[in-house]
Amino acid sequence: MSQSAVRPTPASPTPEGGHLLDVRDLHVEFRTGEGVAKVINGVSYHLDPGETLAVLGESGSGKSVTAQAIMGILDTPPAVIRSGEIRYRGRDLLKLPEEQRRQVRGKDIAMIFQDALSALNPVFGVGWQIGETLRQREGMSRADARSRAVELMDLVRIPGAASRIGDYPHQFSGGMRQRVMIAMALAMNPKVLIADEPTTALDVTVQAQIMDLLADLRRDLDMAMILITHDLGVVAGVADRIAVMYAGRIVEHADVHSLYRAPAHPYTKGLLESIPRLDVRGQELSTIKGLPPNLMRIPSGCPFHPRCPYAQQVCVDVVPHDLVLGDGRTSACHFAQEVRDDSAR
Amino acid sequence: MFRFILRRLLQMVLAFFGTTLIVYALMFAGQGDPIQALAGERPVTAAQRAYLTEKFHLDRTGVGGFFYRYFDYLRNLLQGDLGQSLTGRSIGDILAAAWPVTVKLALIAMAVTILFGVTAGVLAGIRRASIFDNSTLLLTLLVLGIPTIVLAPLAQYLLGVRWQLFPPTAGADPDLYALLLPGIVLGSLSLATALRLTRTSVAENLRADYVRTARSKGLVKRRIVSVHVLRNSLIPVVTFLGVELGNLMSGAIITEGVFNIPGVGFNLFRGIRTEDGPLVVGIVSVLVVVYLVSNLVVDVLYAVLDPRIRYE
Repeated sequence: MSQSAVRPTPASPTPEGGHLLDVRDLHVEFRTGEGVAKVINGVSYHLDPGETLAVLGESGSGKSVTAQAIMGILDTPPAVIRSGEIRYRGRDLLKLPEEQRRQVRGKDIAMIFQDALSALNPVFGVGWQIGETLRQREGMSRADARSRAVELMDLVRIPGAASRIGDYPHQFSGGMRQRVMIAMALAMNPKVLIADEPTTALDVTVQAQIMDLLADLRRDLDMAMILITHDLGVVAGVADRIAVMYAGRIVEHADVHSLYRAPAHPYTKGLLESIPRLDVRGQELSTIKGLPPNLMRIPSGCPFHPRCPYAQQVCVDVVPHDLVLGDGRTSACHFAQEVRDDSAR
Repeated sequence: MFRFILRRLLQMVLAFFGTTLIVYALMFAGQGDPIQALAGERPVTAAQRAYLTEKFHLDRTGVGGFFYRYFDYLRNLLQGDLGQSLTGRSIGDILAAAWPVTVKLALIAMAVTILFGVTAGVLAGIRRASIFDNSTLLLTLLVLGIPTIVLAPLAQYLLGVRWQLFPPTAGADPDLYALLLPGIVLGSLSLATALRLTRTSVAENLRADYVRTARSKGLVKRRIVSVHVLRNSLIPVVTFLGVELGNLMSGAIITEGVFNIPGVGFNLFRGIRTEDGPLVVGIVSVLVVVYLVSNLVVDVLYAVLDPRIRYE
């Protein structure tokens, strides 16, 4: 990837000297009849105003659960937040009473979900659903909320917004429905937008349109964005930094450019190598052997060691700490340096 | 929607002719000698027999005769004349007296169902696996397990005779109070079904993705449950209640029989027992119309409640 494709990191000042959003050492378990699943095991990441952080990982890696913990919409039970902090503008959201926590949702931090068809209520019109937050939380009148809903639908580039305001979710195409969802999330001008696999359910051409829209909106409305995805292709053009998750941990954390050029964790390296390339024909596609671990029985030491080509005895015995590689890069691998040097070759 | 209703109305016409023909055929096919049946145990003189044969067109025999009588009956029916029962009373008059009683009974049963069944179902759905949920499950299974033929006399004996909280029987021209106990008994079955249905529907919808979305919008919990969840959960419940109201309107043979309520079911049962063909066919013809109309109303209501349903 060329240097020019990397966005410059915005230089807006962070509030109270800290980060806009700061997740610190989060631990979440799911307690079910079959046992305790350790879904999040010490996740830390932060977000500064105006930047886009991509959280990458396969299903079950804990990326959505972390986001739902930030939103405070985890179902408890079965989920239990064991420890950690989620600081928004310096306040730990986990310590707030539910009523204050609710105020944060939608207004400060908003979220859009993967499948807009099931995430929107099927029996209400889209205009009603977009305006609901404004009527309920800002005491806006029906008519005002309606015209604001049309504005929001225009903003997310839904053609003929005014005439479609009374339509129901099932009357829209997949891409338009996802736009409705985005309009709904933007209703209260949030500072942080969490997009949980916003394009997974869509056609490839529509995926690109939605990603462009999100990138434009993030810039125009001066939001910060957490983009959750399992698709490396989606991330490259939009994100500033990437956090790669595996078995409820962040295994690698780097700016987009460095990570793509030289991944410093065997898992990230495997992910990048498994992308089909148009310029290399006839070569067998590389895969990561094995399966993601059962979260009720996470392997000892480094959770990735059973699948890792670099694994040594130390990986079975010792949990690797985040190794700082400079330029804000970290990698939770005993052989991070080696992996990076291999990748850079 | 308009075309859908029009199409359904045309289907209703076909269904109406079909069902009346079948009921007409069944009622008269199994009959030995209708004139003797009319007279009961008493002898019939030749003059009487000749008069009645002439009057009911019984001189025509075979399939031709049957259809002659059927079309004769239909012609009168379409003119609003249900004819006379074998006892000589106008069937229209019998229904005019019986129907209001049955409607009152049905409305009491429906009110009981909605008031207790749907409300308890919503609560049980919200508090899934709680003591309230489990005890309602047990109770509804008990009610669903007891047939009306047992439940009705039991309630009559205990509440009506033993503890004398309600009149044990209704009798002619009953007031609302006399219909309360039979209404509760009649409603208990639909109550139990409505409760189970509501509970499952609410519990399912509470886990739906759109609830998570509503929470992430920062709405208060009460609004999420009372607006988002309830509006979706009640779609199948309203449909069930609509069909059930149609059923209740067509009379309850056992309940009306046990409590001696002169409603539609009571008269229908009497007609069947005395082999009164015209009375049975007359009542059933009207019941068919009631049932068809209530089903149409339910279908239209369903489309109104669920925008995903479009009848075009």
